Amino acid sequence: MTLPAAATASTLGLLACHTCGLLSRSHSEGSHCPRCRTPLHVRKPFSVSRTWSLLIAAAILYVPANLLPMLHTNSLFDSQSDTIMSGIVYFWHSGAWYLAIIIFSASILVPLLKMIALAWLLVSVQLRSRGQQEQRARLYRVVEAIGRWSILDIYVVAIVVTLVRFGVLGTIEPGAGAVAFGAVVVLTMFASMSFDPRLIWDPSERRDG
Amino acid sequence: MHNLIACRECDLVQRAVTLSRNAVALCSRCGGTLYRSHPDSIEYTLALTGSAIVLFVIANALPIVGLQMQGQLTQTTLFNTVRVLYADHSKTIALLVFVTVIAMPALELMALTYVLLPLRLGRVPPYYVYVLRILQVAQPWSMLEIFMLGVLVAVVKLADSASIVVGNALWALAALMMIMSAISVTFDARVLWAKAIPER
Repeated sequence: MTLPAAATASTLGLLACHTCGLLSRSHSEGSHCPRCRTPLHVRKPFSVSRTWSLLIAAAILYVPANLLPMLHTNSLFDSQSDTIMSGIVYFWHSGAWYLAIIIFSASILVPLLKMIALAWLLVSVQLRSRGQQEQRARLYRVVEAIGRWSILDIYVVAIVVTLVRFGVLGTIEPGAGAVAFGAVVVLTMFASMSFDPRLIWDPSERRDG
Repeated sequence: MHNLIACRECDLVQRAVTLSRNAVALCSRCGGTLYRSHPDSIEYTLALTGSAIVLFVIANALPIVGLQMQGQLTQTTLFNTVRVLYADHSKTIALLVFVTVIAMPALELMALTYVLLPLRLGRVPPYYVYVLRILQVAQPWSMLEIFMLGVLVAVVKLADSASIVVGNALWALAALMMIMSAISVTFDARVLWAKAIPER
């Protein structure tokens, strides 16, 4: 089999399995991969609309995740609510600036940049843009790799509320912001999984018919 | 057609070449990883999985961290964290922690053992492809290394108001974090998929 200059599986009429990568020739869209039994598709089905819906849901929940408190602290003398940002400010002023930077990156910067990146990828795919394909491919790889780290603050909340249970510190409760934030993390993970990076390169192929 | 490979990230079909040891083949168009050469991927990953299971059991059995206030020590294990969250605080967060820190890592380690041990002994286990698929689904949701960082942040957060007692599970967790990242380097899904025989 001789290969043309830029032959892709889809232009050659081959289906590449999303799960195991096997190339199969004599199978049609929706039939099962002969090796791993996953349904075969030329591209991830409804990739753009699925990613948009998950992304929009995540963007909406990002607002309460940042505005509502992550933690409620009740002690004998006062009660206090901490949002993600006020927690970061507290760390910054108490000298733990390195923690402030870690939490700011994981909880605010990573989800925000991930959502902006996915939105840009989706728009450029929908416009069938041929510009900066390599940079966009690299961007998607970065988004996939670092996106999961945004769950960090959920774990901090989980440990803190479990430990400070019956102590003199009073009680600490997770706030509604924590639940919204957890949802943002899960939704953005599903969003980046449902995006098909091959769509970035599809405008480069001349398709006949 | 057996030596052709389509890039998972841009769909470009390329011819697979033999790589020298521990080399990586990158897509000529998008720069994504096509495949790696891991001559001993199965052996290394199996050995690492064995140690990871031991560490995972320790990390679950012993207290991770404790808080000492006025002579009273409150300690928590991994599962206790989930249990307290579920019972007293938030079922959603409890579920999220349970899935990402206990269920998915456990599933990942069990699936790895199920797949790799028979392969090392020269056999392909039943339901091989289905277990591999489960493994690929579990991997991105297994977040032990992030949990480890979360514990450290929580420790610093509470260190001002109480004295912190580091539990032995934290050491196991730290070691587990390194073993898991080593597994992600030695594990090669392509090597394992090649062991499955396509039906015609």
